[in-house]
Amino acid sequence: MKRFLSRTLPLLMVLIFGVLGAIQYFVPHKVSQVYYRTILTWSIGVSSMAVIMAAISFLRYHYKKIMSSEGDTLYSSIALVAFLAMLGFGAFGTDKGSLFYQFYQNIFVPINSTMFSLLAFYMASASYRAFRAKTFEAALLLTAAIIVILGTTPVGSSIFLDKVTMWIMSIPNLAQKRGILIGVGLGATATSLKIILGIEKNWLGG
Amino acid sequence: MAISSSIWVWIAAFLTLAVFSFLYKDNIIYKMVEALFVGVSAGYSIVIILKHSFVPNIWKPLFVSHNLLYLIPFLLGLLFFAMLSRKTAYLTHIPFAFLIGSGAGFALPLVFQTNVMAQVKGTMLFAPSHYPSLGAFINALIIFIGVLTVLFYFFFSRGEKTNRGIIVKTGIAFIMIGFGASFGYTVMARLSLLVGRLYFLFGTWLGILH
Repeated sequence: MKRFLSRTLPLLMVLIFGVLGAIQYFVPHKVSQVYYRTILTWSIGVSSMAVIMAAISFLRYHYKKIMSSEGDTLYSSIALVAFLAMLGFGAFGTDKGSLFYQFYQNIFVPINSTMFSLLAFYMASASYRAFRAKTFEAALLLTAAIIVILGTTPVGSSIFLDKVTMWIMSIPNLAQKRGILIGVGLGATATSLKIILGIEKNWLGG
Repeated sequence: MAISSSIWVWIAAFLTLAVFSFLYKDNIIYKMVEALFVGVSAGYSIVIILKHSFVPNIWKPLFVSHNLLYLIPFLLGLLFFAMLSRKTAYLTHIPFAFLIGSGAGFALPLVFQTNVMAQVKGTMLFAPSHYPSLGAFINALIIFIGVLTVLFYFFFSRGEKTNRGIIVKTGIAFIMIGFGASFGYTVMARLSLLVGRLYFLFGTWLGILH
């Protein structure tokens, strides 16, 4: 019974839902559209319940850390209190003016954008160390980066680098992005087929 | 030109400075703010997901409209909680199978259509007379050569030591230009965030900038 529930039934479900999901795209019938909408709603609902499980895992992880007093007690306590506070405030409303919104706007947003802005310093120092035009390819990377950086500044615009930037972004950059997209598309299609047909079973734990 | 009197602005300013303190070195204030960020962002995500995904897609149809069909996704979702015990953890394969199966099925034709067919169609080269100008034709030709050589590089190059032909070398050149452009763009996006934070500190908080 355990084997049936842990392997046979899941593989059968993947086959059935996978084949039906792929077929419905090619069937322009009301039944097919209803099926698509229903399964999509169910999928969103089921995955949202996985998030509740994630919240429980978060609570358990930090609670264990606080109880074990490994040294991260202070940080885990802060994380846990902030987490519970957000859940509590969220229960009373998420509209503009609510405590939940104020916490988001004045705690989450400033920390988030400041952390990302810190990357500007690290990217600058990393590129100073890494950007050496030792080979032709490295020189291309360096030149493209410098043109795009200068092209998005007023100084760059005054010497027409903004137009060169536009050209780089919309022609060679588009070409390589399309190449990657096609590669990713073929890979994703092959992986989807392998999952549906039960060839790829890593998601079952090997 | 006055310093802000809002408590929220002061909190945001303190948090901004605390994160910037990491530029000097890793310190306890930064770590505390980092833990605060983890808690707030996890709590925020869960509340938003529950409000916008769980309530309209499971709670309301099942417990408000009493549509018993929604008992199926509700029971499937409940199986995730089997993870709480090692003995029953294998039952989580069932809701995962539903999500993976339906996701792979829906994605199969859509991904092929958008990532492969639409991109190939957009890359196709026509006769020069089809384009409004010679420049447009040259650009289309560059895109055509770029896509073809990048794909050639991905599928037919074998390791670092292989002798690289002109096609593979051209593919690498396109990739390098693309990566350089993406890097430059990311640097500028981060810089604009930095300017935004400095503007907040010197403008909204201290009132020096207008």
